[in-house]
Amino acid sequence: MTNELTRASAADLAHLLATREVSAVEVTQAHLDRTDAVDGAVHAYLHVDGQGALAQAAEVDRRRRDGEDLHELAGVPIAVKDVMATEGLPTTAGSRMLQGWIPPYDATVVARLRAAGMPILGKTNMDEFAMGSSTEHSAYGPSHNPWDLDRIPGGSGGGSSAVLASFQAPLATGTDTGGSIRQPAAVTGTVGTKPTYGGVSRYGLIALASSLDQAGPCARTVLDTALLHAVMAGHDPMDSTSINAVVPDVVGAARRAEVKGMRIGIVRELTGEGFQDGVQARFDESVQHLVDAGAEVVEVSCPNFTAALAAYYLILPSEASSNLAKFDAMRYGLRVLPEGIDEPSAEQVMAATREAGFGDEVKRRIILGTYALSSGYYDAYYGSAQKVRRLIFDDFARAFEAADVLVSPTAPTTAFKLGDKLDDPMAMYLNDIATIPANLAGVPGMSLPSGLADEDGLPTGFQILAPAMKDDRLYAVGAALEQRLVASWGGPLLDRAPSLATGAPTTTKEA
Amino acid sequence: MVTETMDGTMAWDDVLAAYDPVMGLEVHVELGTATKMFCGCATEFGAEPNTQTCPVCLGLPGALPVVNEKGVESAIRIGLALNCEIADWCRFARKNYFYPDMPKNFQTSQYDEPIAFNGHLDVELSDGTTYRVEIERAHMEEDTGKSLHVGGATGRIHGATHSLVDYNRAGIPLIEIVTKPMTGAGERAPEIAKAYVAALRDLLKALDVSDVKMEQGSMRCDVNLSLMAKGAEKFGTRSETKNVNSLRSVERAVRYEMCRHGAVLASGGTVVQETRHWHEDTGITTSGREKSDAEDYRYFPEPDLVPIAPSRAWVEELRATLPEPPAQRRKRLQSAYGYSDLEMRDVLNAGLLDLIEETVAAGATPAGARKWWSGEIARRANAAGEDVPSYAVGLGVTPASVVELESLVTGGRLNDAMARQVWDGVLDGEGSPTAVADARGLELVQDTGQLEAAVDKVIAANPDVADKVREGKVQAAGALIGQVMKELKGQGDAAAARALIMSKLGQG
Repeated sequence: MTNELTRASAADLAHLLATREVSAVEVTQAHLDRTDAVDGAVHAYLHVDGQGALAQAAEVDRRRRDGEDLHELAGVPIAVKDVMATEGLPTTAGSRMLQGWIPPYDATVVARLRAAGMPILGKTNMDEFAMGSSTEHSAYGPSHNPWDLDRIPGGSGGGSSAVLASFQAPLATGTDTGGSIRQPAAVTGTVGTKPTYGGVSRYGLIALASSLDQAGPCARTVLDTALLHAVMAGHDPMDSTSINAVVPDVVGAARRAEVKGMRIGIVRELTGEGFQDGVQARFDESVQHLVDAGAEVVEVSCPNFTAALAAYYLILPSEASSNLAKFDAMRYGLRVLPEGIDEPSAEQVMAATREAGFGDEVKRRIILGTYALSSGYYDAYYGSAQKVRRLIFDDFARAFEAADVLVSPTAPTTAFKLGDKLDDPMAMYLNDIATIPANLAGVPGMSLPSGLADEDGLPTGFQILAPAMKDDRLYAVGAALEQRLVASWGGPLLDRAPSLATGAPTTTKEA
Repeated sequence: MVTETMDGTMAWDDVLAAYDPVMGLEVHVELGTATKMFCGCATEFGAEPNTQTCPVCLGLPGALPVVNEKGVESAIRIGLALNCEIADWCRFARKNYFYPDMPKNFQTSQYDEPIAFNGHLDVELSDGTTYRVEIERAHMEEDTGKSLHVGGATGRIHGATHSLVDYNRAGIPLIEIVTKPMTGAGERAPEIAKAYVAALRDLLKALDVSDVKMEQGSMRCDVNLSLMAKGAEKFGTRSETKNVNSLRSVERAVRYEMCRHGAVLASGGTVVQETRHWHEDTGITTSGREKSDAEDYRYFPEPDLVPIAPSRAWVEELRATLPEPPAQRRKRLQSAYGYSDLEMRDVLNAGLLDLIEETVAAGATPAGARKWWSGEIARRANAAGEDVPSYAVGLGVTPASVVELESLVTGGRLNDAMARQVWDGVLDGEGSPTAVADARGLELVQDTGQLEAAVDKVIAANPDVADKVREGKVQAAGALIGQVMKELKGQGDAAAARALIMSKLGQG
C-alpha cells in the first residue's frame, strides 16, 4: 500500500482521500517513509518537516471526519522549493547567507497551500538564489537525478524535480526565472509549468530577477500540474505585478485534452542545430502525435530569440544585483566579522559577510549586474537588453498570430553529468536557450516528458508556450500529448526509471 | 574624535562685489499619510522603536512593495500647487547604495520620470518684491530608517561604539521638491532661500499633506550652492549642505557657504564638490563625504512596481481640491480685516490667522478676534512652550468663546477691564465667559441712582478738578471718571459716568 500511495498521482490520492479509503496521515507518512529510504542518495530536500506535515495531515483528517467542506487537494502532501518563505520553517534559497533564517511570514503561495489543507513535507534543494541549471550551485550540495544519480536533476528547481521523480512527493512548487521549473522537469521525466507572468503571486518568493521570476506547479502528470496550478494562481493585492483577472481554466483544459483544429507552431530558431539527436527525435515524434490528434502544424520564425540569452544575462544580473543587496548581515541571516579588524564598521561587516555568504555563481552575477547598471554602461547594456526584450515580445506576438501555441524541445540535451559544466558558465547558460524567451516576454510555458533519448536512455522534454493568460492552452495540448505518449509507452515514463536502492533508511533530516 | 578644521571665510561685501551665487534647494517632505508608502504600517511620529514595521519595510527576503495611492494623490496635489505639469505615465526607480538604516540597500525613488515637473513658486520678499523660484521636479520616494550612534561624545558615527537602528521611519512617504538653479539673486540669496522654504512650508500646510515640522524632520532642506565670477556664465562647483532644518538656518547656511566659497575662490583654490554638514550651534558647515563619480546609484526602473499613470480626470479632480494660495489668502484677509502690516505680521508670526478667520466667521469682529487671541492667551501659550492654536485646543477654548466674550461687551454687560478679568477666568478653566462673569459677579452698574451718587461724591471731593472741567479742560474729566469707577469697584459704565460728569459740569 505504501508503495502504491507514493506512486499514485495527486488526482488519484485526492480521490482516495475524498472517499476515505486512505487518511491524509497515511498518505503523508508514506511519503515521509519514502524520503527516509531514498533521500540519502537523492538529496532532494534541504529540510524535512515530518512532524509539521503529519500535524497538518491529522488536522485535515479531523476536519474531514467533522464533515467540513475541504479543498479537492486537502490532505495531498507537497514539497516546497526553498526559495519560498514558510513561516516557522527554515528558508535558505540554497544559500549559506540565509542559513538558519526562519521567516516570520508565509509567501502567498505557501499560505494558499496551507489554506487548501496540503501538508508541507519539506523544503527542496535549489541552486543558490535560483542561479543555475543543475543544483550544483546550492551551498548545501547538489541533488541527484533519480534516473542516474551521477547526473544533474536540472536547476534551479532540481530538488523539486528530484522529489517528484523519486516519488517522495506527488506535487512540488517551483519558480522559473529562465527555465528553473521547465528544464528540471525535462531532465527528470516530470511535468512543470511556468504560468503567465503575474499569474501567481511573487509575494514571499526570495527574488532573483523581479521582472522574470514566476512561481509555478511541478508534478508527474499534466492533470496534477493543473490541479496545483489552480491552487497557486490568482490575484494577490500584496504583489503589484499580480494580474487581477480570472485564472484560466487549466484543470478543465487538462481534463478535456482537446487539440483538434489547434495550430501548433514549431519555432524554427529552437530546433535542429545545437539540440541533441535523441532530444530532437522525441520532439519530432511528439509533434506527429499532436497531428494525429487533429492539430495543425505550422512553422514560425522568431528571429530575435537568438539574442535572448544575451539580453537575459544582462537583465537578470542587473535586477539580481539590486535584489540581493539586502543580504548585508544587518537584520537577519549570516553575519561574518572581518578578520584582523578590532572594531569593524558596518560596511566592513557587510563586505566580509557577502564575501563568505555568497557562492561564486552569485558573486559572478552580482558583479555582472553591478557593471551593467553603472553610469556610462547602462544604455549599452541594460538599456540595449530592454530593447531586445521588446523585440522578443514582438516576435511572440507575431508568432501567436500564426499559431495558438508554440512548441520546442525544453532543453537542448538530456541531463548532463554532475561536475561536467560547473567550470564553464557559458555551457551551463546555454541549457536554458529554449526556456528563456518565455520569461523575457512573460508568456506561459510547460514542459512534459516526450520520451527517452536513444543515445543515453535519459528523459527528454517537450515545451509548449502560449500567449499571456492563455495558460489553459498549455494544458489542453500537454494533456492530449501525454495521453498518446503514455499509451505508446504502455505506462508512465517514470515506470522505466531505475528503482532506487532503498536499503537501510537514513534518519529523517531535521537540519 | 575627528577634529573639524575651520574653513576660511570672506567678508560678505567682498563676496558680493566679486561673485554671483547660484543656488538650488532640495526639500524633502514627509507626507502625513496614515500608512507608509509601500506597506500598511502606521506612520505615527515618536512610537517605540521598530514597532511600526513589517516584512515589507524591513526588507525581509521575499517581501514586495505596493504603492500607497494616498501618497500619489498628495504628490500630484503638491505638483499642481507648485504649478507643475503632472506626468501621464511615470515609474519608480531603485537608487542603489548600501547603508545600515536602509533595509533593502536600495531606496525606492523616482529618477528620470518624476510625477511632477516644470513648475514655479512665487516668493514674497521683505522689500515687497516677489522672486519666482522655478521648480525642476517633485518626485515620490520612501524615507530610510534612523540610526542612533551610541557611545561617542558627539552622537555621530565617529567615535561611537555601536549603533541602534529604528526602522519605524523606513518607508514613510517622502516628496522631494527640487528647484532649478536660482541665479541673479545676489545679496538677496539668503533671504530668497529662507522665503522659499517658508512659502513652501505654508503651501504644504495649506494643502494638508504634511505637518511640515522642520524640528521633527518632517521637512528637511538641502542647500546646493556655488559661486561664479561676476559676469561669468558657467556655474562654479557646488557644495551640498545637508539637513538644514530651520528657516533661520537656511538663511545662515546660504550666507556662510557664499562666504566660504568666496574665500576658496579668492585664494585661487577650487571648491570641492562634496556633501557638507550644517552646525546649528556654530553656524558653520564642515566637510562630509566627497561626492564624485565614484558614487554611482545605478538607478533602474523598479521592477516590483507597475507604472503610475494618473488619468487626466483624476488630476483635474485633484486640482479642484487645491486651497487658495497662502500668499493670496493673506492679502485677502488682511484687507478684509483692516489689519495694518505690523498687525498682520504679528498675527502670522504667532500662527493665528486660521484661528482668527474661524473666529470672525463665528461672528466676532476682526479687531476683537485679533485682540483676544494675541493677548493673555498668547503669553500663557508662550510660557507653556506651545503655539496658541494647540494651547487653546488643550484648554477647550474655541472661537465661540471669543464671540461670547465680545457679545458680553457689546451687549453692555461688561466693560473692557471686566472682559479681561473674565477672559483670565476662562483661561484658568473656570468655564465659559458667561459662567465666569456670573461666578465672579461681574456686571456693569446700570442703576443710575448709584452712578449719580458716586459722581456727586467725586465732584464734591475734587473741587479743583471740577473747576478745570467747567473751564473747558475736558481732558481733566479722566481723573474724575477714574475715581467714579473706583467708587463703583470697577463695575461702572465708564461712558455713562463720563456723560453724567460732563452734563453736571456744564460741558454736556
